Amino acid sequence: MIQLSIREMAAMLRAKQISVAELSSLFFDRARAFNQQTNALTKVCCDISADQLIQAETMLAQEGHVLAGIPLAHKDLFCTQGLRTTCGSNMLKAFIPPYDATVVSNLKSQGMITVAKANMDEFAMGSSNEHSAFGAVNNPWDLTRVPGGSSGGSAAAVAARMVPVATATDTGGSIRQPAALCGITGIKPSYGRVSRHGMVAFASSLDQGGVMAASADDCALVLSAMCGHDALDSTSHVDAQWSWQLPESNSMKGKKVGVVTDWIDGLKDEAIKQSTLEAIQTLKDQGAEVIDIQLPHAHLAVAAYYVIAPAECSSNLSRFDGVRYGHRSEDCRDLEQLYVNSRTEGFGEEVKRRIMVGTWALSSGYYDAYYLKAQKVRRLISQDFAAAFKQVDVIAAPVSPEVAFKHGEKSEGVSMYQADVFTIPASLAGLPCLSMPVKPAHGLPVGLQLMGNYFDEQSILSMAHQFQQVTAWHQAMPEAFL
Amino acid sequence: MRASAELYRKEPEYMSINRKELTEIAALAKLKIADDAMDEIANSMNDIKAMIDQMDEVTAKGVEPMSHPMDMRQVLRQDKVTETGHQAELLALSAQADETHYLVPKVIE
Repeated sequence: MIQLSIREMAAMLRAKQISVAELSSLFFDRARAFNQQTNALTKVCCDISADQLIQAETMLAQEGHVLAGIPLAHKDLFCTQGLRTTCGSNMLKAFIPPYDATVVSNLKSQGMITVAKANMDEFAMGSSNEHSAFGAVNNPWDLTRVPGGSSGGSAAAVAARMVPVATATDTGGSIRQPAALCGITGIKPSYGRVSRHGMVAFASSLDQGGVMAASADDCALVLSAMCGHDALDSTSHVDAQWSWQLPESNSMKGKKVGVVTDWIDGLKDEAIKQSTLEAIQTLKDQGAEVIDIQLPHAHLAVAAYYVIAPAECSSNLSRFDGVRYGHRSEDCRDLEQLYVNSRTEGFGEEVKRRIMVGTWALSSGYYDAYYLKAQKVRRLISQDFAAAFKQVDVIAAPVSPEVAFKHGEKSEGVSMYQADVFTIPASLAGLPCLSMPVKPAHGLPVGLQLMGNYFDEQSILSMAHQFQQVTAWHQAMPEAFL
Repeated sequence: MRASAELYRKEPEYMSINRKELTEIAALAKLKIADDAMDEIANSMNDIKAMIDQMDEVTAKGVEPMSHPMDMRQVLRQDKVTETGHQAELLALSAQADETHYLVPKVIE
């Protein structure tokens, strides 16, 4: 049952082979049972609410509600009304939002059942999910290893099928990298596709909500329900509504796939290189034409990102002042101390580091040299993609230069930042991109990244779906959680 | 906007972040850095600075800065109140508030 696709679960619910209550109980039980090992969830809800149950059952009695009764977890930075939303931080450890994020309300309105909130790197800053005030998340494939980050809790929860689906967010790779390291599928849509209302902000020009599940089809079904224009988010695109069209065949004939040869040649891990090349060969075998392309400025993406993201983060996180919500220090004799002590006590080390970097990059005398320069480099990278998409439909690339590493093996900072080298370019350009499982390396999952032109989620999801019709990597599950 | 090569010339005094500068940045960011953590943070910020200095490889002269992935205008709406009646639930999120105000330590002596 736990390995069924959303469409298969929906068919069983509709045929009354299983009830909404039974299906949700199965996942509530798994979420509780496996959380000790994985620490993937910051909160498991008590049980399905009566309202949710009635709504799902009513919708199932009607036509066309494929998501009704399907359980899911929300990354713990999506505001959930009446349900604690921590962002993995002591700053928000007691924050109970008075409203739902648009993503949450959109999925609720489709009858999906909220099972849990997923652990994450604090304020979505990190690539290992070791930076959560609620403890590190363990990778279900090897509990001594990291799941990636920042959506590591969402990825681990789906990999162990504690839930079949989880929402997630991606600023510089936070959906694709954990999806790759945990052997699941995850998509970051185009910037503006999914509303950011009620999604705690890290870097506003980069943050985008997305989804993780076993397969591209599952992700696409949920994304179709999540997306759409939202008057409550001024960066939501007016044409954000989108609906997934299942490809009619497995043939990729007529599709052009761009490959940056330098990226693959530069992979130091031979096993990951082989897995990547074999996956690209599978695309060829299905009829795709593979073309060498260049992204001449993409190697500067990490440098530009680590100016832009911290700059936006320092601005966004200035709202945490200890006054209106969030942690307030008990040690404050005056207003200045209230601000400083509340922030110093509430934020973790990596968050403070990025606030400091951003404050510095925006400060007088550095703005032109760093922030403005980074924005220009961002334009150059975006132009590289625009040129590439004149030649190809989809770009295939590695996700991560390495498989899941051991807890404590790397400290946060420059060496960990460099691991985002393949994911950051598409983030800066605001393009849709996904990670899908390919042949494992060293007994651990590996992902292939597919990047698409702006607002062309259909092309990357179609290609991933077609790939998954002739491969079975996305169906593999860690044995301990079967 | 100036867009000369001059703009990207590295100034020697910008070469590394020292303790004095770190204290100033922390004050701007409303954070307190413990004295024994200063060197570690300064080192890590200097590592990050060295990484972002890779951007010096291109002059990017004449390139229009990209602040956002969507070429869009600011969205405006009518200046009308659309939501009311949330005062009590919003004030309830604060650590200290009365029925109508957030409370903070005394500002004026």
